[in-house]
Amino acid sequence: MKKTPLYDEHLRLNGKIVEFAGWQMPVQYSGVVAEHVAVRERVGLFDVSHMGEIWVTGPNAEKALDYMTCNKVTSLYDGKAHYSAILNERGGVVDDIIVYRGSQERFLICVNASNADKDFEWLTKHNPTDAKIVNASAEYGQIAVQGPKAIELVTPLVTGADLSTLKYFHFVECEILDSPVIVARTGYTGEDGVEIFVKAEKTVEVWRLLLENGAVQGVLPCGLGARDSLRLEAALPLHGHELSEDITALESGLGWIVKFDKGDFIGKEALLTQQAAVLPKKLVGFYLDEAGIARQGDTVATPEGTQIGVVASGTKTPTVNKALGMAFVETPYAALDTKITFVVRGRAIAGHVVPLPFYKRSK
Amino acid sequence: MEFPSEYKYTKDHEWVRVEGDVAVVGITEFAQSELGDLVFVDLPLVGKSVATHQTLCVVESTKAASDVYSPLAGTVAERNDALADDPGLINRTPYTEGWIVKLSGVSHAEIAGLMSAEEYKNLVTK
Repeated sequence: MKKTPLYDEHLRLNGKIVEFAGWQMPVQYSGVVAEHVAVRERVGLFDVSHMGEIWVTGPNAEKALDYMTCNKVTSLYDGKAHYSAILNERGGVVDDIIVYRGSQERFLICVNASNADKDFEWLTKHNPTDAKIVNASAEYGQIAVQGPKAIELVTPLVTGADLSTLKYFHFVECEILDSPVIVARTGYTGEDGVEIFVKAEKTVEVWRLLLENGAVQGVLPCGLGARDSLRLEAALPLHGHELSEDITALESGLGWIVKFDKGDFIGKEALLTQQAAVLPKKLVGFYLDEAGIARQGDTVATPEGTQIGVVASGTKTPTVNKALGMAFVETPYAALDTKITFVVRGRAIAGHVVPLPFYKRSK
Repeated sequence: MEFPSEYKYTKDHEWVRVEGDVAVVGITEFAQSELGDLVFVDLPLVGKSVATHQTLCVVESTKAASDVYSPLAGTVAERNDALADDPGLINRTPYTEGWIVKLSGVSHAEIAGLMSAEEYKNLVTK
């Protein structure tokens, strides 16, 4: 079982450790609800060092990535990042990723912990050029600072950049505690904030600095539990739930990052064919109208009892304070307000289709 | 962590308190701390007969649903409907306001066979 550089910090902070994707990670410290609320109202710190970092470099780096990912890499510029995905030939999602352009010959990809090794092998195998692909995951720790007070907390700790003017999905290479870091204005919570890539051996110092300085803002260390409830309220997909190699990017609602107007890319043909037809199923949001919680794997049915889908993610979340989730349903049942039921422990619970996301921050 | 001495316990982390003819049932402080913040409790219907170790109700955190097993055979005489609005009662006051059901028709011999506070404390703290 792998440990991040912050493992001992989690123990010191009374984090409850669970196994996640082969890593020993904190699921919570003070409590999922308190941590969730801290991120919505103030600021929270997450250890996301388990995420993978892969560098793609060389004169053909842009060309290689444009073929192996579905978003348009040529639309990036230095210091700009975008959300994208690695697709298979069927249009299924090998992984969802963020691509950061340092320069036209130097790209960083941040990938899911559970897929990091698979992604690296996939990219290496499908690389159409001589671009250099390096799995640098072990060299980096990663800390997400999320919440309305995140920028206020991090800005004075950074030298060589002004974070207050850093735009969403942009990043800067700068320094914290005299050590090089990459600070990106991205996140997985639906709040403002940054994700900081830091040298593995410097991660503890930066974590402590953020925790100590964040006392003013009321910072809380937050675990995977709050990360999951926050991302679900913001309707951000999670690979293994909303995304899978056997579900196409279009079915998962990722059409907005699939750029058919660029050159050839893996999965393009399959998705073009699917786009020309009617999607068999769609990812929708739902609320339950009766007491209960529908979770991943629970059957979705019509009120008459015909099976029409399956729940991808579901829980009752702290801010929205309703039982909610995302589910795949056959396309005729995907319209807003459609009455659907959920089979939970053998009992049918009524619900209906709602727009996504469940939560949107006020700007 | 508290282990009220007048209560009886199970290895599955339920507690029992005798109150006249009925047995009040809940989950222990250890159990609630393991489960984390509860957001929903699926309570049984009043009048339901339960066998020992049968699922009595389901408690759910944001992350997972967990079964609570009946520590005794009996009939659900009353349920704590306050948990519908505030499942966190189990987290905050597991031994008092966080009670789950009251069982009638229970066997005092069966209650006597449950773990003492001392035995349960040894189970979870060793």
